Amino acid sequence: MAMTTAEVVDRLEHETGNALTTVPAGERDRAIEVPLSSFNGMIRSLCAEDEAVISSLHACDDRDSGGSLALYCVLTSRKWNGALILTAPTGGQYPSLTPFIYSANWYEREIQDMFGIRAEGHPDPRPLVLYDTWPEGTYPLRKDFPADTKVPLASSPYPFKVVEGDGVFEVPVGPVHAGVIEPGHFRFSIAGEPILNLEIRLGYLHRGVEKMLEAASPSKALLMCERISGDNGVAHSLAYLQALESDTEVPEAIEYGRCALAELERIHNHLGDIAGLALDTAFSVPAAELYSVKEKMLRLNQRLTGHRLLWGVMKVGGMRDVFTPEAVDEVQRTLMEVGNETDALVQRMLNTPSYMDRAETTGRVGLKVAKDLRLVGPVSRASGVDADIRRDLPYAGYGKLSFRVPVRTEGDVLARMHVKAEEIKESISLIIESIDKMSGSRAPVDVTIPSKGVRVGIVESPRGEVLHALHFRDGRVIRHKVRDASFCNWPGIEQAVLGDIVPDFPLINKSFNLSYSGNDL
Amino acid sequence: MLDIIKRRVRDRRIETEPLAILRQQGCTRAPMADSRCDLCGDCVKACPASAITIEDDWIIDTGRCLFCGDCVPACPKASISLSAELPAVSQRSSLVLRRNSTLPELKIQLRDEVRQVLGRSLAIREVDAGSCNGCEVEVNSLSNPIYDLERFGIKIVASPRHADMLLVTGPVTRNMLPALLKTYQATPEPRLVAAMGTCAISGGPFGGTYAAGSGVAEVLPVDIFIPGCPPHPRTVVLALLEALGRLQVT
Repeated sequence: MAMTTAEVVDRLEHETGNALTTVPAGERDRAIEVPLSSFNGMIRSLCAEDEAVISSLHACDDRDSGGSLALYCVLTSRKWNGALILTAPTGGQYPSLTPFIYSANWYEREIQDMFGIRAEGHPDPRPLVLYDTWPEGTYPLRKDFPADTKVPLASSPYPFKVVEGDGVFEVPVGPVHAGVIEPGHFRFSIAGEPILNLEIRLGYLHRGVEKMLEAASPSKALLMCERISGDNGVAHSLAYLQALESDTEVPEAIEYGRCALAELERIHNHLGDIAGLALDTAFSVPAAELYSVKEKMLRLNQRLTGHRLLWGVMKVGGMRDVFTPEAVDEVQRTLMEVGNETDALVQRMLNTPSYMDRAETTGRVGLKVAKDLRLVGPVSRASGVDADIRRDLPYAGYGKLSFRVPVRTEGDVLARMHVKAEEIKESISLIIESIDKMSGSRAPVDVTIPSKGVRVGIVESPRGEVLHALHFRDGRVIRHKVRDASFCNWPGIEQAVLGDIVPDFPLINKSFNLSYSGNDL
Repeated sequence: MLDIIKRRVRDRRIETEPLAILRQQGCTRAPMADSRCDLCGDCVKACPASAITIEDDWIIDTGRCLFCGDCVPACPKASISLSAELPAVSQRSSLVLRRNSTLPELKIQLRDEVRQVLGRSLAIREVDAGSCNGCEVEVNSLSNPIYDLERFGIKIVASPRHADMLLVTGPVTRNMLPALLKTYQATPEPRLVAAMGTCAISGGPFGGTYAAGSGVAEVLPVDIFIPGCPPHPRTVVLALLEALGRLQVT
């Protein structure tokens, strides 16, 4: 039986011998204030003792209300029934967590870029987003930085890692790629064919998403959330709504409808991923057929909702009534077709030696690496991590729906394909079950916006755990933290490619299929 | 083999869409107010994209619209419907529509010398300059067997050096600007630029920040504006065929 977060806080109080100040954080989660001196230690001991993991580490500029530049760490654990949020004030610096908990790495670099809060002792303090042309001292998420600031051009060259030795070559790729994908820079160091090192530099798509979200009304923020990472728009808007509506009771039918919508999104994402694997192994026929199946899903989405990517359906306090009795028949019929066709095509790929030769043992990520980097979603489940937010911290209607969480242990391209193919089957039955359970009122409700404190929404997007954290003051959002699954998984690719050959990179990259826009914000 | 043939016969598949179907069903639908509109302004308040304004008339900038449909239930006179099937245009101003507007015609004027050089085929390089990847989903859809762009002699190529046209998405972020300009420089003349989607046309919901501009036309000469969020693949196919002067022929 899972521990409640209240029990965890009690235990911490007992251990430290002090009463801890709590911050309102909704019913299930708990937020506590700790002094900066015990911030790291407490996180480290919770990670060690309760197998907690960092779901987000971010900052908030509270200075204009008498606070400081404060750190927030959102911890989750399979042993707890909610999230535990630790917050500590800083004076602009704090001791880095990265030397002890590797998954803090990119978070700390991001905080440094966006707030100018330095992580003392960070092993790699280079900028994550604001490099090349950004002048020193540009901290966009501080409150004294207007969203439309015209930042002058500066020259701050980015020091790439250099691998030296006889016969070592560098292959720089991107940001503009040969295929139709998002921009990012990949720098391979190779000796012959095998990859010795891969350095990924992202940030090309940085649009100022979090800054813009702070100023947006809830209905506008919802539309913006759909456009953080377009193919995962439902997941992001759902994560936002989980946080925003945490003090509101949403009708059951809406909760189920939202699950159905999220699973529809998962199916077309996974279909595209598997089709991409066929395409990148030059296996054109199943690729073309799988893309046709994906188109079938996009068309179903369009007929159902008027939008091929399901945007505009989710509303604050409700959703548009798209699962009408007439529509349900068509949904079921199409899903049966899609399920059967996908099965057959996946089988054909698995029965083809030339495909298996490319996919098996390629791009391996072991369980230890997956845990240390804190990978999420299908990528982690292909490496033996048995975690799925839908089951572990149920949201919307998932607590009352039945489904399996497929886990593989091989950690290669093939395992990631298997996990996604299995998840498509689970999604199909989840959609049918959740539409079936939609009874009672579907009318939207008025949402009680929390007046203060912090609220967290965590959902399982097609790529894995997505987190939105909302910080409220006087009934307004003053900080909107967004953390896409890709932010956790990008460092995984750097590990997965080691020892593989450069031509396998596109295949490995496709098997992760990460979002650049969701990462860069 | 027999199994494969049997399955082909049995399965109901989506077939490649003939041009006639593509033409009948344009698919990026924008809101349009009819004569019942009394300029009350409720839709202006409801529009999260600030795409609707009311001056002497009801005016919508479909280059800013996010196609969310929030204006439809907001109208007390029920005068707004998602009825305007938008085509691509060669003038940004053609995307600004008034109450009861007839839609802009799908008429893309290219400079004569461009048409002569291109003939009937087109090589496209896609550049994501800050998109959310919604537009990329649809550009990839263009290559699926249903829209099958290549049957028209239109190809998405790997290098700008092989390209006649840059298909640009996103508001143009500060971090992508140098790469976009380099890609443009690497494209041989005469070269075309198409701005695809609301962000590329007007900046979109994240445009005009410290980190992103307000559309492609700020930094490059744009020949074709393709509206939508994201634009439907049909809208894109028709735009490209029209640009090549191939819609009149059929």
